[in-house]
Amino acid sequence: MTQASFDMTNALSSVPGAMSTMPTSSAKPVMQLEGVSVFYGSYEAVRGTTMPVREQQITAMIGPSGCGKSTILRSLNRMNDLIPGARIGGKITFHGQDLYAPDVDPIQVRRRIGMVFQKPNPFPKSIYENVAYGLRINGIKDNMDDRVEKALRDGALWDEVKDKLKSSGLALSGGQQQRLCIARAIAVQPDVILMDEPCSALDPIATGKIEDLMHELARTYTIVIVTHNMQQAARVSHYTAFFTAEVDEQQVRHGRLIEFNDTGRIFTNPTDKRTEDYITGRFG
Amino acid sequence: MTTQSSTLTQKDRGRITDRAFWLLCIAAGITVLVILAAILVSTLQQSWPAMSKAGENGFFTSKLWDPNIGKFGILPFVFGTLVTSLIAVALAVPVSIGIALFLTELAPRRIKGSIVTLIDLLAAVPSVVFGLWGIYVLAPAMTPVYKWLHDTLGGIPVLGALFGEVSALNFMTAGLVLAIMIVPIITSITREVFDTVPDSDKQAAWALGATRWEMIKGAVFPHSFGGLVGGVMLGLGRAMGETIAVALLIGNSIQITANLFAPGTSIPAAIVNYFGEAGGDYTSALIGMGVVLFVVTVIVNLLAQAIVRRAEIRMRGAKA
Repeated sequence: MTQASFDMTNALSSVPGAMSTMPTSSAKPVMQLEGVSVFYGSYEAVRGTTMPVREQQITAMIGPSGCGKSTILRSLNRMNDLIPGARIGGKITFHGQDLYAPDVDPIQVRRRIGMVFQKPNPFPKSIYENVAYGLRINGIKDNMDDRVEKALRDGALWDEVKDKLKSSGLALSGGQQQRLCIARAIAVQPDVILMDEPCSALDPIATGKIEDLMHELARTYTIVIVTHNMQQAARVSHYTAFFTAEVDEQQVRHGRLIEFNDTGRIFTNPTDKRTEDYITGRFG
Repeated sequence: MTTQSSTLTQKDRGRITDRAFWLLCIAAGITVLVILAAILVSTLQQSWPAMSKAGENGFFTSKLWDPNIGKFGILPFVFGTLVTSLIAVALAVPVSIGIALFLTELAPRRIKGSIVTLIDLLAAVPSVVFGLWGIYVLAPAMTPVYKWLHDTLGGIPVLGALFGEVSALNFMTAGLVLAIMIVPIITSITREVFDTVPDSDKQAAWALGATRWEMIKGAVFPHSFGGLVGGVMLGLGRAMGETIAVALLIGNSIQITANLFAPGTSIPAAIVNYFGEAGGDYTSALIGMGVVLFVVTVIVNLLAQAIVRRAEIRMRGAKA
């Protein structure tokens, strides 16, 4: 059972599932996780995770609370570095380069691998300045207006805000704020966008808009999304990683990747009993 | 059933205590207003003889202060108060923000507590001690620096006027000591404000690839603007009202000059220096200066509140 994840990564070129989003199995991995563990001090929060993140595909991470899916997500752009005592074991590569090599600058990593958070968190600045901020810190100064407009268009927000770019980002609705955060993230044109439960604070209509937007964005960007909502994973993703928490011999809980496969496979024909239990438990 | 429904209407002991507590709080609140009004009324009353003759003695408009001939122009005192306070704020604000950022963003937990204690200790030092330290330690130590500044910048048209001939006691030293005195209050307020910046905002900046400074500019400062202005205003208020340290350090020379290295005077310094020897209109004029200081402080605070409110509406949008 512990080898499940390794088997699954080899079995990727499989039959497409019944989902609307067909995985492009030929897509090459932008990122690759090899036996990645995340530690907080001496506590191993997540154990040995091996999976690819494929280019211009949406990879979903699902599982119960405390299974380590967000922890893994945050290790992908070195956000875990900000937590004192956090470190990783194993290896994460990004375009073949070791993300945690000593000479790698976490700030450069985050400029290439953007992130959208659970709670919409626009800065208390104008809509325009929210988007421009990322561009400015990346040293981009020319054609600011055009770049901001493009990011807001790509974030499916332009039509709603084009007449009030100077008003505060915090005056928008929750769903609009989250799309502003997505526009802010894509303004700097990262390779990968990480989304940590981006819709959990939103109503169904706003959620639907974000999901549509994700499909659009996947034409250009590689997306990894953590979600509590299995239907959402089934609706939007090409690949799904199922995590759960296990208790070891010393009665310590660790998060663990159980199964990784095409989303269609995971939801119709999971290999692991635990995946099946989780999925059917929620649906039934 | 009947007993139960009767308890719904009964006024029990708890209700009475609640009422008493409410009255106590109202009374405490009103006391503040009464004291404030009493101060304003009695000082206005006592300063009226001098203020009502403003036309003859030049109270609000003249820079001539000579009690022997009945001239009470307070402008040199207002000028000295403003100049020393502004020097103090200009020097203290960057330092305080730096300390507060160090404490909230950089300092390891272990040393954070001891630094906070040290800064609070600075606030506990009596102002007369600051004044004496200023006279015996800081003023002699700074004189060569002032001289160097005068020699270097003295020839430049506008700057030269600010950095003129150096006196032993002057506006600059008074402002410098005031700055040290207001650093604790500004630091403690800005630190608390920085602590309230939501982690989610900082994370957003980090995730965009911000460096620490870019994160502070993008996430910490926009959130803290209101609190920062509030802290600066409290510091400014404290600096304008400071008496003994300024009286000891400013040199007590009644003049208006652009030269920061010249001796001057301030409202609180004048009151503490002259009150003993004054009488009649002279006393009345000194109390009138106190009223002016009070009014200026209130105006500064109202202005600050207006700035904060404007900024908050702009930052938070319709929700504010």
